[in-house]
Amino acid sequence: MATDAGAIPAAAHSAAPPHPLVEFWRYFRQNKGALAGLGVIIFLGLVAIFADVLAPHPPAEQFRDALLRPPVWQDGGTWRFVLGTDDIGRDILSRLTHGARVSMAVGVFVIALGLLVGVVLGLTAGFFSGPVDIAIMRAMDTLLAMPALLLAIVVVAILGPGLFNAMLAVSVVVLPGFARLTRAAVLTELSKDYVTAARMTGARLPRLMFITVLPNCLAPLIVQATLGFSTAILDTAALGFLGLGAQPPTPEWGTMLSDALQFIQRAWWVVTLPGAAILLTVLAFNLMGDGLRDALDPKLKR
Amino acid sequence: MLRFLLTRLTLIVPTFLGVTLLTFAMIRLIPGDPILLIFGERNVEESVYNQMKADLGLDKPILVQYAYYLGDLAHGKFGTSIITRTPVLSEFLSLFPATVELSLTAITLAVLIGLPAGIIAAVRRNSVFDHTVMGASLTGYSMPIFWWGLLLILLFSVTLGWTPVSGRMAVKYFVEPVTGFVLLDAAMAGEWGAFRSALQHLILPAAALGTIPLAVIARMTRSSMLEVLNEDYIRTARAKGLPPWRVVGLHALRNALIPVITVIGLQVGALLSGAILTETIFSWPGIGKWLIESIRRRDYPVVQGGVLLAASIVMLVNLTVDVMYGLINPRIRKGR
Repeated sequence: MATDAGAIPAAAHSAAPPHPLVEFWRYFRQNKGALAGLGVIIFLGLVAIFADVLAPHPPAEQFRDALLRPPVWQDGGTWRFVLGTDDIGRDILSRLTHGARVSMAVGVFVIALGLLVGVVLGLTAGFFSGPVDIAIMRAMDTLLAMPALLLAIVVVAILGPGLFNAMLAVSVVVLPGFARLTRAAVLTELSKDYVTAARMTGARLPRLMFITVLPNCLAPLIVQATLGFSTAILDTAALGFLGLGAQPPTPEWGTMLSDALQFIQRAWWVVTLPGAAILLTVLAFNLMGDGLRDALDPKLKR
Repeated sequence: MLRFLLTRLTLIVPTFLGVTLLTFAMIRLIPGDPILLIFGERNVEESVYNQMKADLGLDKPILVQYAYYLGDLAHGKFGTSIITRTPVLSEFLSLFPATVELSLTAITLAVLIGLPAGIIAAVRRNSVFDHTVMGASLTGYSMPIFWWGLLLILLFSVTLGWTPVSGRMAVKYFVEPVTGFVLLDAAMAGEWGAFRSALQHLILPAAALGTIPLAVIARMTRSSMLEVLNEDYIRTARAKGLPPWRVVGLHALRNALIPVITVIGLQVGALLSGAILTETIFSWPGIGKWLIESIRRRDYPVVQGGVLLAASIVMLVNLTVDVMYGLINPRIRKGR
């Protein structure tokens, strides 16, 4: 939340304006929730990168002597399997650790693809008014009119189940948001003097699109991308849960949940822990996205 | 007003055509021969195959095929299930009330809790209550509801034994379907045992499905109320000496509600996405569970027709919300 200007040293106003990044950080760090979200995301990122080192066991290794072993603090739990084991004796902690890698990769892939296609479509629609604009935006409307999971299901039905196809499906779900946002930002930028100036100096279309205008449309896109991360992770996990996403034995959190469904009455940990991991990750991205919006949105500043 | 209505109606046509294009393309993009897909794994005789191909118009150019498809849709032909051999439309219609009953209960719960929570949070800004509501709603908004539903089952069905785990009603009861809403049918028939059973079956899935709308409504109500409470006419109302409940409940709430109503309307699409998951977890016999099962069984005509029907209904509801919004708020109707 943008608070009173009193929090910023008075000298900052009289001297040269601070670098935009410095100013941004000043706003961002006032939001404790956003900072906590950032902390969790950094932690998950590190876990994802160092999963091989951090996980006590290989994620797919089955310990036949330890089936459905409870976490360490319960009767029957051992330090060997801190968070217990699943029905075929795989270490839950190791699978969660590797699951972080899957989820982070899903987020990065989905958002990168969605952003790339969405931004290009949005820029094109914004720069070329008329039939091109109408065709692109009506197509985006169609995708937006479909409930997210329904659209993802159509894509998965065409491509077949699997983690990669689920990621493609979720990219299609997040894409129209990016396209609309880019187009709207482009339309407000195009009427500004610096664009006219660039045109006058003879900048060609690609340069105008990607170098002159795009950088000025980034703020809402960054916010949307962060919030989109949570959608990406949540929807891919949901597809995994429905059996349409990652297939066993991939240690994807949603798939882990649906694998363990039949043991819900006997072993709470096999169901509770993967879901908690999803919730924590999604919450972190939502908190950070909210913080980014408040820090980047000029309307809320002061 | 008529012009406003017509604009909205013409805007929905390309979107609807887009969705039909998507479902039309779907069955043709799935790898494999569409006729073999429709017949399933069984062997098809050559003559039957050719007959089928001609009947389905698959020997015609693709644009003609699309025109045929639209013609079929106009005649209410949404395809036939490979497995049950019943028309997709009649299966959809028989299952749809279950989904509507679940969704309506969910959204009612969400409004009944979310609206007051948001109002109180706004009035007592920065209080413990405010922070709790905002924290809870952000958590609810981030909730993987397939997991949340399981936790509810674990607590209320497995541990406490208060509610049944799945289905719409205990097997021992039977109620003649009139409206298709089990709760309503049981009440109309005066079968109170059945009514109780139906309610017990309904409450948990509705709570799971209502969680995200609840979070969204509480957040939206709070921010909308905060905005309105700063307006001059609120200060005037307070200065006149009106009791605080009147200022908040009438002057502020009326104006704060407009964006909240829009948000509630926009939740319809999200509700359907949520219903797919909730129905799967609670074995609720609605269209969400039906669609997922059809995908698993590779019953592609059902997936194709079901997706189109579900998407059309969401579009219709969104259109209705849009039009109603114009009715409530003249600025929307006249502007643009």
